[in-house]
Parts: sequence; C-alpha cells; structure tokens
Amino acid sequence: MIHNRDSFLNNVAAQLGRSRNTSVKPERNWQFRPQDKTLTDKTPDELMTVFRDQCQLIHTELIETNGSKLADVLEATVNLYGGGPVSIWQDPRFIEFGLDGLINEAWPARNIEVNEWNAARGKKNVAEAERANVGITFSDITLAESGTVVLFSGAGKGRSISLLPHKYIAIIPKSTIVPRMTQAAQEISRRVQAGETIPSCINFITGPSNSADIEMNLVVGVHGPVKAAYIVIEDM
Amino acid sequence: MAMKIGEGKFKDNVNKNLEDTFMRGAVAGAQERLRTRRLDAAEELGNWEEWRSHGEEIRKHVLDNLDYYLHELTENVQKRGGHVFFAETADEANAYVREVVNAKNGKKVVKAKSMVTEEIGLNQILEDEGCEVIETDLGEYILQLDEHDPPSHIVTPALHKNKEQIRDVFTEKLEYKLTSKPEELALHARKKLRQEFLTADIGITGCNFAIAESGSVGLVTNEGNAGLVSDLPKTQITVMGMERIVPTFEEFDVLVSLLTRSAVGQKLTSYITALSGPREEGDADGPEEFHLVIVDNGRSKILGTEFQSVLQCIRCAACINVCPVYRHIGGHSYNSIYPGPIGAVLTPLLGGYDDFKDLPYASTLCAACTDACPVKIPLHELLHKHRQVIVEREGRAPISEKLAMKAFGLGAASNPMYAAGSKMASAMMKPFTKNDRISNGPGPLKAWTEIREFPAPNKERFRDWFKEHEKGGGNQ
Repeated sequence: MIHNRDSFLNNVAAQLGRSRNTSVKPERNWQFRPQDKTLTDKTPDELMTVFRDQCQLIHTELIETNGSKLADVLEATVNLYGGGPVSIWQDPRFIEFGLDGLINEAWPARNIEVNEWNAARGKKNVAEAERANVGITFSDITLAESGTVVLFSGAGKGRSISLLPHKYIAIIPKSTIVPRMTQAAQEISRRVQAGETIPSCINFITGPSNSADIEMNLVVGVHGPVKAAYIVIEDM
Repeated sequence: MAMKIGEGKFKDNVNKNLEDTFMRGAVAGAQERLRTRRLDAAEELGNWEEWRSHGEEIRKHVLDNLDYYLHELTENVQKRGGHVFFAETADEANAYVREVVNAKNGKKVVKAKSMVTEEIGLNQILEDEGCEVIETDLGEYILQLDEHDPPSHIVTPALHKNKEQIRDVFTEKLEYKLTSKPEELALHARKKLRQEFLTADIGITGCNFAIAESGSVGLVTNEGNAGLVSDLPKTQITVMGMERIVPTFEEFDVLVSLLTRSAVGQKLTSYITALSGPREEGDADGPEEFHLVIVDNGRSKILGTEFQSVLQCIRCAACINVCPVYRHIGGHSYNSIYPGPIGAVLTPLLGGYDDFKDLPYASTLCAACTDACPVKIPLHELLHKHRQVIVEREGRAPISEKLAMKAFGLGAASNPMYAAGSKMASAMMKPFTKNDRISNGPGPLKAWTEIREFPAPNKERFRDWFKEHEKGGGNQ
C-alpha cells in the first residue's frame, strides 16, 4: 500500500516549478567520479596491505592463513575467545574450505556447542545466536580501504549471527577483497539493474561495535559484538 | 520533544550556557577532536575537493528530481512487500505510526537514533498511547533516562553531560552500582538494552539515505543498534525526511563515504546496513512487516527557493564541529534539535521566524561551516540571506540594531545634528574606550559590545581632517 503519494509528489513538483515526472529517468551526467580512481590501481597483494593496516585502526584482529591450516586457526581463535557456544551460517563455503570436520566432529567431541542457522527452525536460531559466545560467517565481499566485510542475508544466512553473539569472526577468502565500497555498490547495483532480488539485508560490518557517546571516550563493544577477528584465507 | 526544545529567549539561553564551564570545555574538546579527525580522513583520501564536488552534484540532482526518485523508491518498496505513507505534516506522520503500532498491539518500541522522529515529536505521541518507547543509541538512551534532556549535538547528543552525571542517572534509574568509567557504564547499558531489543514489538529507525533503485533504506551506526532494531522486532517502521534519498547504490557509496569521514573521521562506521522491505520468504530473522513513512513537514516549501541548497544536508555535523559560536554557547542555546550553522539555517525555515529569528544572527559569517560542508552547502551565505529576509521582507531586525539605525537616521538626517554628534562622539565614548576599542559600550552599543568590541571613534573627525589636509597640514 502506498498512501497519499499523488498529492505529495504533485506538490513537490509544483514547488520545483514543473509538472510531475514519474516516467523519464533523469540523466545522471556526473562531472566528478573520484571513486573510480581510489585504490583501483592496486594489485591484490597491495590491497591486502591496505586491509592489514586498516584492521589496526578498527580494533580487529587479523589472521592470515592458507587452506590446510584454516581449521586449526579457527579453532584456536574460538578458544582464545573463550570457546562455545558457536553460531554459524548454513553456508556451503564451510565445507568448501574444509571446515566440516571441525564443525561436525572436533567441536562436538570437545563439548563445544555448534548451532548452524536453519531457517526451518525459525525463532530458535535467534535465541541460539543470542546465547552464542562466538558467531562465525564468511564475508561475501571485503573492502580493503575500510576493513569491512559485506554480508548478504539469506535463508541460511541470518542477520543475527554477526550481531547478537558476544564475539564475531569473519572468514575472508582473499579473492573477495576489492578496493573499497565502490566495487561492492557497483556489484549490488548491477544485480538490481539485472532484475535480481537483492537480499533483504546487506550489512557492511567494520570491526566490533563501539561508541564514543560518553565524554568522547571510545568504548569498544556496545550493542553488537565486543570483539571481532578476521581470518583471511589464501584462495587465489 | 519536537524540534523546539525550550521556551527561553536566545539571549537568555546564551547567558546561561556561557556559565556552564563543563559544557564549554566538553564542546571545545569534542570540536577539536572531531574536526581533526575529519581533516585527517579528508587528507588521507587525497582528492577531498573532488569528493565534495561529487557529493554536491549528487545532492543537487536528487533535489531537482525529487518527485521522480521518491516515486521510484516507493514503487520498489511496494514490490518488496513494504507499506509506504507520505506525510505532509508531523501530525500525519505521527498519526500513521500510532495507527500501525496500535494495529500490531505494540506495547514496547525500540528506536535507533533519528533526528526526524525528534523533529516530529513521535516519542511523546506513542508514550501518550501507553507505549514504552526506548531510545537505543547510547547517547540518546542517557538523555531519555535523564528526564528527556534534549540533545545538544546531532551526532553525539549527550556531549554536554559528564560521566559522573551519567553515572548518577544510571544509579537512580537503572540500579547501577559501579563507577563512572565509560566502559562500565556502556556495558551496563548493553545488558539492559539487549533485553529491550529481544522483547520489543516494534522497531523504529530513521534513514540516512534511501536508495531509489532497490527500495532500500540505508542506516549508519557505530553501535550496531540500528541493526538490532531492524532485526528483532516483528514490525519495522522507518521514518525519513523526504530529501534523504539517492538514485542508486553507487551514489549511496559516495554519500556514506562523505558522511562517515565528515562526522567522525572514519572510513566507514562499524555498521552500515541496507534494508530492502521486510524479511524474505525463508529468512528466520528480520521484520515480518515494514512501513516507510516519508515526511515533508515544511521541506517542500524550501524547494524552489533561494534556500533549496540547505536540503542537500546529510546531517554529518561537520559545520557544527567548526563553528566558533556553537563552541561557546553550546547546542541547547539554539532552542532546536538542529543546532550550529545548519540549525541556524534550517530551524527558521522549518519552524518559522516567530520562534527562531535570532538564530541567523548566531554566526560571525566566518564561513568555516561552508568550508567544512561535505556537500558544499553555502551555509554562511544562507545565514546572510536569512538576515536579509528578516530585515527587508519581514521588517523585523533585532531591536538593538533597529534602535541604533533609528538613532543614526535621526542624527544623520539634519546637518547640525550630524555635525554636533560626530564632534562629540570621541569625547562621549572616552569613558568606555581602552586602546582605541570599546568593549563595554552604553545604550545601543551595549548589545554589540557584550559579545565583541567596537572601534572607538577617531579623535579627529574626517571632515576636520579633510579641511586641514586641503590646507596642506593635518594628520597624515
């Protein structure tokens, strides 16, 4: 339902001194496009350096590893964060990157509770995420300039996993790293223009939550996770 | 709370707030830090002026085509299963939100920080309905607990409070027993608010930028509270000022990049969320119902006028953080939720000159605000324009200025009066003069010299000097 649109927009057009336009897409002839030249000349390794430096500024631990060691690194990081319960996305990349052994065998054997997001279980997912000590997701697109992981929500990919647990770990395939938000925005826009339905929630997450509302003192950890770690995995 | 946050006269507010040494220290410190961070972030980017120019052209383009983009946005919200309400007035917006909350039998509402809901006074309306309304931005939460103390800055609303005051509020209202350390205070708020998020019926957010091409709403926070407000409650209501919109995700990137750098000097804040409609089939979290309320409340009257560029504003507060007047008088002096240079331009346009005609004079016209603005709003020129309108079209110059002009008019109208007056000026002003400056002037000069100095009249009149000069002597 859309209420009062005609009278509202007729008034807007009248104030602009013309008749209302609903059909002719306005030409966007930009004179400036600074984003096209920002970090776009960097090689993947140079972008990795930018990303690494930025993580220092956003209170986020960065661990770089390769395929064979990923499971060990993830397990160690969860231990460092105090163990389970762990909440994870239902995401084929966990198997692709060889983490099914850790998730289905090693953790249960060590009494670490693991809950995989499963839309069929409805609200229970949220309750588990709320109880979780650590939430783990993959990054769908990663922004070098700002140290940001971009998460697309979906059936197996609840929004709550990156928000409700006490700590958050993002697994970042190196191939997902792009210069900055520009490239993510262009990809999302491309999907929209191609008529695809974009996810109902796209989160750009940059380190743990924080606030400077009390005397301008930075407090890390407010509503979202109080700690965050990124594990970058070489996949190129 | 609506846009107007106090009944006091501007000058009385100023006099009172000038005495508040904590506030003045806090404001000066915050300005310094935020300003430095913005400059560092701009320098790191390298071509900041080009970014500003792009931001400006995007905002201008959107305003010039606002009807098109609002149409496109709302078509796409509807396609995603969301509801849209266009509200010309604050009352219409509030009535719609109240209707939705009542229809959902909503008893508890959690809110993410939103200036437009402050502007329309939404909380009061919902509280009158018996709803519990909880602000979840830490700064807003503190103010709400402290008997709805008004915000004094649009990005860090509780800037004027020190941590001991905040501890006292928490002790009184939240059974808090720990120290005034910000970490402990924040952790306590986290625990309390987490329970509120989990049990709320309705989530209300503002909107930093809506994205027309996809019908999305973009939210920018550091705390993650907007994410929770739009994740957990069954119903989400987003209230946006009608001008807060961009054509596509590409422009969203540019404006967010400008906003986060200009507001807090961050490349991006911790949470930037683009939400499209309610949850999708198969999602297990996110709202089941989504309502977008688009508010005019006086904005359309600014379109097509000499003040249109004020609607380019992206609410970053960079102008506030450089303003020498705000630095001394603080946010509350403006009597508006929108303080500082942007507030001094916007508030009289939305709220009228009757209540806010003093604000355009709360400026030295130094143009620091204009230089700081990431979307190049000519703020000091708009302040000057306001003064022109107030004097020329409205005929209501400030009284002291009127009296001074009247006295000068009388004195200058007749030759003998002018001659006598100008001859006496130097001698009469002598008791008030120190080093050729007057800092404590009498009569019509009082209002001027209370806040700045006035040059003392020359001891020798120009006419006398000129006569002497023609004779070949005099003071050269």
